[in-house]
Amino acid sequence: MKALVAVKRVVDFNVKVRVKADGSGLDIGNVKMSMNPFDECAIEEAVRLKEAGKINEIVAVSLGEKKCEDVLRTALAMGADRAIHVETDEELDSRAVSKILQKIVEKEQPQIILLGKQAIDDDANQTAQRLAALLNAPQATFASKVEVNNDEIVVTREIDGGVETLALKLPAVISADLRLNEPRFVKLPNLMAAKKKTLEKQSIEDLNVDISGSLKMVSVAEPKARQAGVRVANVSELIEKLAAANAI
Amino acid sequence: MTVLIVAEHNGKQLATATLNAITAAQKLGEVHVLVAGSDCLNLVEQVSKINGVAKVLHADAPHFAELLAEEIAPLVVSLAAPYTHLVAAASAFGKNIMPRVAALLDCSQVSDLTEIVDEKTFVRPIYAGNAFVTVQSDEPKLVLTIRASAFSAAVSGSQNAPIEAVMATPAQDLSRFVGRELTASDRPELTQARVVVSGGRAFGSAEQFDALLTPLADTLGAAIGASRAAVDAEYAPNDMQVGQTGKIVAPELYFAIGISGAIQHTAGMQDSKIIVAINKDPDAQIFNVADFGIVGDLFEIVPELTKQLQNR
Repeated sequence: MKALVAVKRVVDFNVKVRVKADGSGLDIGNVKMSMNPFDECAIEEAVRLKEAGKINEIVAVSLGEKKCEDVLRTALAMGADRAIHVETDEELDSRAVSKILQKIVEKEQPQIILLGKQAIDDDANQTAQRLAALLNAPQATFASKVEVNNDEIVVTREIDGGVETLALKLPAVISADLRLNEPRFVKLPNLMAAKKKTLEKQSIEDLNVDISGSLKMVSVAEPKARQAGVRVANVSELIEKLAAANAI
Repeated sequence: MTVLIVAEHNGKQLATATLNAITAAQKLGEVHVLVAGSDCLNLVEQVSKINGVAKVLHADAPHFAELLAEEIAPLVVSLAAPYTHLVAAASAFGKNIMPRVAALLDCSQVSDLTEIVDEKTFVRPIYAGNAFVTVQSDEPKLVLTIRASAFSAAVSGSQNAPIEAVMATPAQDLSRFVGRELTASDRPELTQARVVVSGGRAFGSAEQFDALLTPLADTLGAAIGASRAAVDAEYAPNDMQVGQTGKIVAPELYFAIGISGAIQHTAGMQDSKIIVAINKDPDAQIFNVADFGIVGDLFEIVPELTKQLQNR
């Protein structure tokens, strides 16, 4: 059984991004970039399924500029067997990404498709669900537990108020939540070894995908800043202030 | 403009987040609500009484009972033709189903929007709420998910909107519902509570988290929340998590106790009306967003606070 995992290169989660003064976008020219944390969980889960003998090949895919090779090397170092890089300088939203991934899936024919539940840059939370729809495949979003049986996959997913469990026919699309697992730390020798693994290049033109029709960005603004308030000396003073504000 | 809202429910009751979505959608035009389910006529009647609802569409079939994305998305698509906007709350339900609808219709989705500027222009948070982007689309149809905390909840009145039975789409049979485990609680729901008391890793253990926060929450009639660190340490279940990847809350009063205030957490609570921070680190980031802060040991302050509130 083959697994395909999509990974995105994003601004590292520790970086506080800044809005450009003219509101035209974000200043992310020289900040640290990393693999989207949810995608790390997706790769980790695939590697664990392979270690458990449930699957025998993991293909990692990333879309975007040349530097996406870095996150693919990380995926290979974590245990993916080979990588596909759809190289483009175009801005891709979830709609375009899911259409491109659809083409890759149709070519590779994986039984399990794993993605992070959302990318921490645009926070759109759409790609896995869209891909599942385009493939007419079942979906389990926000997965916290995955079990592969012979002809179906049983996934526990996080919902408001608790968890629910679904059994999906294969091929299936799964989006990883943070509690699915704890991704392994990549060791240097693995990173070196990953350089020998295959990293195949594809282009949007080769894949023959129409990626027109995205949302237009008008402007970007800073969030309304909260003013830091006052320090109170003790509980009595706090209660006084809260009562004065009619909060209690 | 006519808007179709996909109702979230448990067969008996409408999810409160759908009420917030109904309020938001009224800015766009006439609001119709789709209730898909199995044997839930009482619920359909409840929905017809909500102010602002012009029509209720009711689809009844056994395979709609668990609101699986694979079953609900084709139904929404089958009804989509007359509508300019297909809308749900950005809850786990809406996030799961609506992108599937958008892909089947080949249209864009604006996720988790916090403001409707006009019928083509919307504001939504990106980078965990570190920035808000205004997006626009000229597409004839758009899918929207609404951040519930950014809009008030619609209320019920004496009206009776017409109810129209619609044809069920056939069962897709791609996935099977196995089970659901919901955390039972008498407390107000986290995203709807007037007061939220949230705890972080500083509580040290699940027992202490419980022993200190429960009496405080009981006294205030509050919901209990947690930072991601507290959830990861298993002091609290994941559905209590407040933040970028958890719940977004905007109560009247929010207590952040033993929480350092990373952006991933503040993204989920910074729209609260009054924020109180209790932390032993005077330089904790949480004090930058708090209206009232106390520097000190939560193990002393929380019991004292509970006691003084009880004695009021």
